[in-house]
Amino acid sequence: MRNKNKQPADPQRIQLREPISNTNLLLIITVCTFFGMYGMAMAVWGGGFLNPQQFLDLFNNNSFLIVISCGLTIVMIAGGIDISVGGITALVTMACVVYLDDKGGSVAGSMALALAIGTAFGLVQGLLVSYLEIQPFIISLAGMFFARGMTTIVSVAPRTAENEMFMALKEFRIVIPGIGSYGKTGNFIPARIELGVVIAIAVVILVFILLKWTRFGRNLYAIGGNSQSARMLGINVKRTRFFSYLICGVLSGIGGYVYLLHTGAGNASNASASEMQAIASAIIGGTLLTGGVGNVIGTLFGVLSLKTINNIVIASGLREPYWQSITTGMMLCFFILLQSVILRIRAGGTKRD
Amino acid sequence: MAKRFQRLRKSQLVIPLFALLLLALFNLIRDPSFFSFNITVNNEGNSVLSGNIISILNSASELAIISIGMTLVTASSRGQDISVGAVAAIAGSVFVRVLKEHTINWPIILLAFVCACLVAVLCGAFNGTLVAGFGIQPMIATLILLTAGRPIAYWINGGATPTVESPLLGYIGSFIPGVPIPTPLLIVIVFAIFVSLVLRLTNLGLYTQAVGINEKSARLNGINAFGMKMLSFMILGICVSIAGCIGVSRMGLINHETLLLDIEMDAILAVAIGGNALSGGKFSITGSVIGAYIIQALTITLYAMKVPSTAVKAYKAIVIIAIVVLGSPVVQSFFLRLRNKMFPKPAKVEEKQAYAE
Repeated sequence: MRNKNKQPADPQRIQLREPISNTNLLLIITVCTFFGMYGMAMAVWGGGFLNPQQFLDLFNNNSFLIVISCGLTIVMIAGGIDISVGGITALVTMACVVYLDDKGGSVAGSMALALAIGTAFGLVQGLLVSYLEIQPFIISLAGMFFARGMTTIVSVAPRTAENEMFMALKEFRIVIPGIGSYGKTGNFIPARIELGVVIAIAVVILVFILLKWTRFGRNLYAIGGNSQSARMLGINVKRTRFFSYLICGVLSGIGGYVYLLHTGAGNASNASASEMQAIASAIIGGTLLTGGVGNVIGTLFGVLSLKTINNIVIASGLREPYWQSITTGMMLCFFILLQSVILRIRAGGTKRD
Repeated sequence: MAKRFQRLRKSQLVIPLFALLLLALFNLIRDPSFFSFNITVNNEGNSVLSGNIISILNSASELAIISIGMTLVTASSRGQDISVGAVAAIAGSVFVRVLKEHTINWPIILLAFVCACLVAVLCGAFNGTLVAGFGIQPMIATLILLTAGRPIAYWINGGATPTVESPLLGYIGSFIPGVPIPTPLLIVIVFAIFVSLVLRLTNLGLYTQAVGINEKSARLNGINAFGMKMLSFMILGICVSIAGCIGVSRMGLINHETLLLDIEMDAILAVAIGGNALSGGKFSITGSVIGAYIIQALTITLYAMKVPSTAVKAYKAIVIIAIVVLGSPVVQSFFLRLRNKMFPKPAKVEEKQAYAE
């Protein structure tokens, strides 16, 4: 009924309609880049790229990175940074394996342990950053050191999970009917995804809803954009920041468990340098470290783009591992420059108006 | 005397000095022989100083040099360079590459160092352009070289980890015959004196602070903000190349994977422990250098306590958190209020002084 009473949109208003926001623009670029890159790979190299399983393996192999990048995106939107995510992931894998094997723990117990470790890190880091106003980089750096150190204290030697129930969970695959490829003998191999992918996608959807449609999510954007004016609007900046770190910690715990579901092994060097990959994914996905701009769907595509470029480098014959890092660096450089230029042009545009 | 004490108490050096003192005290109680100096004869037949203190001072050299540059970058660009380890690997690789192609003597070492320096300054200029020219957050801009740096270092030497054997490199990495003090420590002392002289005699420090505190007003006052940021990144490049060359000389080989690994984290920590705000502005080089030695002293103390090297990080984290919590403005103002409540007098004295000033 209200729509009928509404004034008809006059031409003036249509012209003044809000332009596409920075968040959405950067998201569109990322999504287009990913599909463009993948399409190009399919057209040029074909082969593996045409295999649906290889596309799904992008998810299978990187589900943990998707989860921890989501957490990092939340913190970055609120204007903070958390580099402890990789360390927490490693600690969770090691602690869970030792709990399952040596202590005879149950699968449910190990899940609770993973969540508890993540929550504990999130709580402490959130408290220190938001209520004691210590620089987030230093706190999360200390968190990373602590997590990495604790991982080796729990067990120095790499461990493999042997718990039967856990192995059943690890080997569990969801078969996607109708999609698949033909093996060398001509038999049809249906495409399959791991349990971790389901968790990762669920996390992405939940975080998307959280950021888009809850008051807390909108508060995150507000305090990231300008914490001073957010405070004046009556937003509890400290509490919002605290919860952003708490959620990031919990998601790191979940990410650790997803990692364990994929590899089934605890190792001190698990998820090494993944914090930097997570930051890179978030940036490629259009999240600005300055805060206030970002989207979790972009982060998802950031992870996928980052990993697709590695596949492309391998497919194009540059098999030495250092080429992957160099191309990743170049891709990062490209996106960072692109974002900077776009944002500058847009800022310049509004100024002229 | 009292006034000087007051000034010291207010300065940012209190917490780091206190932490260093506490560490020393802890070691004194734990094991007084920690502080003993010995004169031992090393493999090359030189009589040299040894002991825990010397090993702290010696092994913190690279960190101390890099944290000097990191302080300037932090102050001017309000962010940190996380690519220093990777750039050090690049500089080290160039250093080795040049040495490999010639017979090693002093002029060639100097030439190799200059080449390494140039490459590192170029990397610094790349970071500086992204930060100052395009207005990108320093940590994001330097993420590029962090990702690509070590592979580039690998590529410079054709995918190998070459060794260079020369007694001359040993002089740089360990001891000069006849001098009982490790050469890296001497380099740190010379470099620190040089930097403090430059800061004292030129406007570099003042301008850097001005840009860090308020870039806009600095620019309106005629300071070239772009140039200052660029300069700080290039100075960091020089620091990094010195550290990289020391690291290579110490080992006699370049391992692009492990050379100065994770030093960016330690350097940022050193800057923060030294009482500098990571959000830029006012800075103290002395604080950062003290911070570097605190980190190394902590590591050596933990080693002396027979903590396994892989677990050192966990204990280090606890101490770091204790230091930054003590230094946090909220906790400090809490203690100030607590003291004012318990001893109302000192507060008045402070008030009077404030008026006097």
